Amino acid sequence: MQYQIKENCLTIFLPAEVDHHNAEEIKREADKVIEEQHIKYVIFDFGRTNFMDSSGIGVIMGRYRHIFLLGGEVWAIHTSERMRQILNMSGVTKIIQIYEEGMM
Amino acid sequence: MEYFNEMEVVFDSRSENEGFARVAVAAFMTQMDPVLEEVADVKTAVSEAVTNSIIHGYEGRTSGKITVWCGIEKDRKTILVTVKDQGVGIENVEQAMEPLYTTRPDMDRSGMGFAFMEAFMDEVQVESVPGKGTTVWMKKTTGGEKKEAVWTTQSH
Repeated sequence: MQYQIKENCLTIFLPAEVDHHNAEEIKREADKVIEEQHIKYVIFDFGRTNFMDSSGIGVIMGRYRHIFLLGGEVWAIHTSERMRQILNMSGVTKIIQIYEEGMM
Repeated sequence: MEYFNEMEVVFDSRSENEGFARVAVAAFMTQMDPVLEEVADVKTAVSEAVTNSIIHGYEGRTSGKITVWCGIEKDRKTILVTVKDQGVGIENVEQAMEPLYTTRPDMDRSGMGFAFMEAFMDEVQVESVPGKGTTVWMKKTTGGEKKEAVWTTQSH
């Protein structure tokens, strides 16, 4: 898993394809970092991602469950139209924020 | 039913093969001259069905076999895909297909697998015999009017 930590914020650079196979590694490593580094904000960077199935939704929902009790937030950035479609359809956009370019 | 073209691949129930299965189907589909979005839709549906067979059908055992069959109809616009396993089967198919229903919340499964298949394909049918296995049958016609995705978790 490629990631970056800035204070209590963890940015996860998702791979080109997020499926059950590589979701397992992301979940394991993300949870370790979240716990050890007292992470409150998780940003999923979709910049390289062109495929994601419902396993990726599970990754996002699971990390949200970890940090929402701490008042944390989950964001998605650099999402393509396809990724936004997947996120919207799954309903996960009710618990995470999608940052779109030029939004702020 | 006679098809314009058919293919079948059989592989082990390893998560490494999720990527292989969807790329194999996507490559086979190119002869239908589909748009990118149609290919992405079928890839997602195949990925969901194969993942279900690995996680639920074979419960993580890598010794099981998964068979993916595709048939392109004579109009070269419609593709049928079946994903078949000889795993544990599903007791209650209707319940399994409900959005957000999952038997494995411990694994952070979202329970959206069948919902994604139904959202991205025109038709999805599931046949399962407990103790014998599960076959998912899916159909998609390309090149038609764009269907707007109006489906959300709220509507169920």
